[in-house]
Amino acid sequence: MYNSHAELLGYERKDGRKGIRNVILVAYLVECAHFVSTEIAQPYKKDGVQVVGFGGCYPNNHASKIMTQLCTHPNVGAVLLVSLGCESFNRTKLARDIEASGRPVETVVIQSCGGTAKSIEKGQSWLQSIISEMVKTKRVKIELKDLVIGTICGGSDATSGITANPAVGLTFDKLVKNQATAIFEETGEMIGCLEDIVARAKSKNLGTEIEHCLNKAARYYTIMGHGSFAQGNADGGLSTIEEKSLGAYSKSGSAEISGLIKPGDVPNFPGLYLLDVVPDGEPRFGFPNINDNMEITELIASGCHIILFTTGRGSVVGSAISPVIKICANPDTFRKMSADMDINAGKVMESKVTLQEVSEEIYDKIIETASGIPTASEELGHQEYVVSYKTFEPIGPNCLVR
Amino acid sequence: MESFKKLIQLSDKDNVLVVCRDIESGEVLQLGSENYLIKEFIALGHKIASRDIAFGEAIVKFNVAIGSALRDIKRGEHVHVHNIKSDFIPTYIIDKGTDV
Repeated sequence: MYNSHAELLGYERKDGRKGIRNVILVAYLVECAHFVSTEIAQPYKKDGVQVVGFGGCYPNNHASKIMTQLCTHPNVGAVLLVSLGCESFNRTKLARDIEASGRPVETVVIQSCGGTAKSIEKGQSWLQSIISEMVKTKRVKIELKDLVIGTICGGSDATSGITANPAVGLTFDKLVKNQATAIFEETGEMIGCLEDIVARAKSKNLGTEIEHCLNKAARYYTIMGHGSFAQGNADGGLSTIEEKSLGAYSKSGSAEISGLIKPGDVPNFPGLYLLDVVPDGEPRFGFPNINDNMEITELIASGCHIILFTTGRGSVVGSAISPVIKICANPDTFRKMSADMDINAGKVMESKVTLQEVSEEIYDKIIETASGIPTASEELGHQEYVVSYKTFEPIGPNCLVR
Repeated sequence: MESFKKLIQLSDKDNVLVVCRDIESGEVLQLGSENYLIKEFIALGHKIASRDIAFGEAIVKFNVAIGSALRDIKRGEHVHVHNIKSDFIPTYIIDKGTDV
């Protein structure tokens, strides 16, 4: 086990950000370039090459922002963009933004290149040259205050709110106390928690902003006709969205809330932040987040180096770019799926182990993961991501309180 | 394996208790000086009523209302989607059809 005083070495980026992984991204800009991207990356998985992308052909500011933030994430060292050629995505601007961040970037346009085989060849030859460059990335001392940690729950059951989520809440309290940046979200799962959460805002104006944001989420989900609740939640003993909400909300701990951000906004000072993932305006593109990985991708776009993922039913997902630490709430699920899990929080239910002890275990796991040791989902090769259409207004001046 | 805990109360105002392992019909669970005779299978994490709950009454867990009773619920009975409802957004349950 790593102790929290051990010196951590991260990867220094030219824009001053510090990463805990040294990923080379192959990023496709429309679904039509997805296959070619996967083929380019395939032989170089062990060299840290990963694929992400946006499937849509219509332009969308949110999707552009997410893609830009993923491509300039501190865990990312270089990017190969793969375009079909006729899609609406502004590849020139994305390449320019990546270049401005000091990261090496190359664009392969399939139509100009002469099709599938030639594009794969061109992409791979660039990757080969960049892999040897990336090995030389400067290592730099990294501290807790450099880290951004996000949390999400998925495949929740009635144990989630009793073991894993409150344990993460205690870990979050310690992270915030030690000057790290912590982000929670799932405003669609805060029904019934409004009063408590508004009272935790660092300023009255921020409290009002948070209240608007939660009301927006409740309205949005009501129009969708479906809360953030799946059959498996009910099988696992959760009866209503209120019950699920209370459990989910406990992940945020009890610290003061310093800000309300939207996907792709990166907090610029330490503290606890609420990420508002529900689109602004009239519902336009369907459910806010269609699955857990879309939430994880947005947390990562907001700068998260590590994601704490609690699960009761047993999710297996990980993520591209940033490691996911899986914290299993249900002791039966842990026994069945232990190879997919990093922490067994369910033992709180059947032993004398306390939530505080589990939270310390999670804290140590964060330090260990930041030191470079792969998590269970990384070990298994998970690299999920989901980027989709949304519309957002920028955050207002009251949303960040220093 | 014998579990350390069988039943937990998350807050003193709660009218539901959480079972810490799968409970078979006929088991008697003890919490403090109270005994609860369980008359049906109840899976780990699910809730039972800690006292009789009347139709329309709030279901309280973590000291907060998580919904309301759809009918009278007896002490020790399983509390779930069949006898309580959300007061916000209806809970979605897959219709598994009549052949199940």
